[in-house]
Amino acid sequence: MKATSTTETQTGAPTVPAPGFTPQQLFRKQAAGEALSPNGEDNVHRHVLTVLIDNTIGALNRVANLFSQRGFNLESVTVGEAKDPAHRRLTLVTTGNDRIIAQVLRQLSGLIDTIEVDDLTDEDHVERELCLVKVRCAAADRAALLAIVEVFRANVVNITPDSLTFEVTGPTAKVNAFIGVMKDYDLREVARSGRVAMRRRLAFEH
Amino acid sequence: MSTPSAQLETTATTADTETDRQLATGAEIFIRSLEAEGVEYVFGHPGGAIISIYDEMHRIKPSFQHILVRHEQGGTHAAEGYAKATGKVGTVLVTSGPGATNTVTGIADAYMDSIPMVVFTGQVPTHLIGNDAFQECDTIGVTRSITKHSFLVRDVRELAATVKKAYHIASTGRPGPVVVDLPKDVLAARAPFHYPETTSIRGYSVVGKGNQEQVRKAAQMIAEAHRPLFYVGGGTIISGGSQKLTELARRTKIPVTTTLHGLGAFPETDPLSVGMLGMHGTYFANMAVQNTDLLIAVGARFDDRVTGKIEAWAPHARIIHIDIDPACISKNVPVDCPILGDVAQVLDQLDPLIEPAEHDEWLAQIDVWKRECPMDFRRDGKLRPQEVIRALRDHTRGEAVVVTDVGQNQMWGAQFYSYVHPRSHITSGGLGTMGFSLPAAMGAALGLRGQNRDVISINGDGGVMMNIQELGVAAAHGLPLKIVILNNGYLGMVRQWQELFHQERYSHTHLEPTNPDFVRLAEAFGCVGLRCTDPADIQDTIEAAWAVTDRPVVMEFRVVTEEKVFPMVPAGAATDNMITAQFSPEDCA
Ligand SMILES: Cc1ncc(C[n+]2csc(CCOP(=O)(O)OP(=O)(O)O)c2C)c(N)n1
Ligand SMILES: [Mg+2]
Repeated sequence: MKATSTTETQTGAPTVPAPGFTPQQLFRKQAAGEALSPNGEDNVHRHVLTVLIDNTIGALNRVANLFSQRGFNLESVTVGEAKDPAHRRLTLVTTGNDRIIAQVLRQLSGLIDTIEVDDLTDEDHVERELCLVKVRCAAADRAALLAIVEVFRANVVNITPDSLTFEVTGPTAKVNAFIGVMKDYDLREVARSGRVAMRRRLAFEH
Repeated sequence: MSTPSAQLETTATTADTETDRQLATGAEIFIRSLEAEGVEYVFGHPGGAIISIYDEMHRIKPSFQHILVRHEQGGTHAAEGYAKATGKVGTVLVTSGPGATNTVTGIADAYMDSIPMVVFTGQVPTHLIGNDAFQECDTIGVTRSITKHSFLVRDVRELAATVKKAYHIASTGRPGPVVVDLPKDVLAARAPFHYPETTSIRGYSVVGKGNQEQVRKAAQMIAEAHRPLFYVGGGTIISGGSQKLTELARRTKIPVTTTLHGLGAFPETDPLSVGMLGMHGTYFANMAVQNTDLLIAVGARFDDRVTGKIEAWAPHARIIHIDIDPACISKNVPVDCPILGDVAQVLDQLDPLIEPAEHDEWLAQIDVWKRECPMDFRRDGKLRPQEVIRALRDHTRGEAVVVTDVGQNQMWGAQFYSYVHPRSHITSGGLGTMGFSLPAAMGAALGLRGQNRDVISINGDGGVMMNIQELGVAAAHGLPLKIVILNNGYLGMVRQWQELFHQERYSHTHLEPTNPDFVRLAEAFGCVGLRCTDPADIQDTIEAAWAVTDRPVVMEFRVVTEEKVFPMVPAGAATDNMITAQFSPEDCA
């Protein structure tokens, strides 16, 4: 069977669907968040998820394993005890098109150890990341550097004769900007916590 | 002063031994838990880490029967066959280290095919875990991505409740394998035995009914469709929805195609059946899929062996997808109307909302395709494997349970037997594990003992050797298995690909030089061995085999090496791009 041609023709747009697709096929591509034209962009986005899991042996392994097993991206993970010490809350950052993200959510919910899975990306939420930055800095240059980090409200957490260590907390963009500026100096070491995130309104009972 | 203290001491000792007597060892708790769970068979193999369980079994004489398999992989496939044939959970018991790693293939197989199975593995004592102790293996780690869930029991007081959870998780929702790792010291420790009646697991709930709004939407889509098609998978059989589906399809005159695992969910003898779809599906099933305007997927998962080139698949179809596993919905193909729920329950919801209908034009078109390219084979006086399968079907009137291995024999077994009952076709579909059939058939035969069902195991000369050791087990238990070996002297399916896609470079697929004499092999294991080399003798061979009722019979059929499985959709091609059989109709009876 030959497939019928495209539903609609758009003029001069790079998004003109590749010819040869039936309306059904176009629907499926769209639903999958896939590019409609051969060289169009896949609608890949970054998503921030929080996951509440049982605090049992192996639970964290299963979550992490899921990402490699299913070929999902995992940009960062943070874990810590939740309100109830029997649980742990994870904040995960992952990327993918809509279909893949839907899959990530379903697969995560499918794990026996997961209690709640929540995609915060399009919800009103707060996000924070903590970052430690160590810069080589002679005593004579300290004052200049301290003036700059002041702008980012970074704290000095350690001073040695030839180095300064800062702590900066904030949304990821701020942390990125801070590290960017520090690259102009003798940046030696970066340690980032990865994001933690939470809805602004009451969402979870846990 | 000394007297009361001495008295105290004595009382303390008596009290201790008394509680000791009331307390059971982990090994006993394990056995009592399986009994309480209603386990009928344990497919097991002993070893150091679980020797205490075997010792307790010797003492207690439990209500279940332990089947000593000769390789742990065989044990897992036997448990799978038992589970597939009966719908109950299969149980496996193995020792730590190599015992556990030998079960990996069977666990992966059960995971891919949604088979309820609990595998109990021995483990080194808890204080040695992580120390590379003798026969230590991180079983939980090794099996993490091939289990529905797994448990390491660290405290004997949690043993019984963990067994309960394991069976619950394995058998509910989308079924699957669960591993329970049992350290040796936990089996030796003591605790009171109490088997919980129910269990609830916080992060685990099982869906039942579908969303009524979605069901209504589906009914509307069905009413609007001109060329609807049921696409039925193994989930329908698992949920017990086959009967309902059959009624619904007949009442609405909607044709039915099934997947490999869906075979038997709808009688293939019904005119509405278009048989199996996909890579080796019928021409008419694949044509129906490519032309349908409404695909109703029921307990199926849009596997790549079904869809071929996914963008080109079912290009005109809106899709309804009924499935119990949320992760299956829109995994490979986004669907228009997903219904999350138990197939049988959703079909019950759907039934009253659907009017009987006629689809005369559509059914007439399907009939044209059926005549264009029927399922047949060449009859030229040579022994063809398809003819063997047809003869088996005729002899058993399609009533046997057929357990196939992997390769060409699997596809001929799927294409030519005509399945009419759910759970009458058992195979390794998702993982495609050679060596599955023989032990799985053994498990099925045990599960169906006393029910007067024939169990036929269909094998290639390659795969049958991969778990041939279980022949002795089947013989020891007097199972009247009918074991068919379609001996084409080759790893036939690989040979077929080499012939079609690798310019006939038959690299390392010739088996004849290393094949045993299968008749003598059968006899060495205490079975009856028969050989057939001429199509004229097929009938006699089958009759001779069925005359044996107290042990397995191995029938070796020396079939044509060059025979191929058709139709065939080359991997990655569109499913209407089929290579069909190249015999002329005159050759067919
Ligand atoms: C354990 C395992 N190893 C390899 C394969 C790849 N494979 C698939 S079919 C096949 C050939 C099987 O040969 P045989 O058992 O003789 O069956 P035939 O195809 O000849 O009927 C092979 C090697 C597999 N499926 N499983
Ligand atoms: Mg062969």
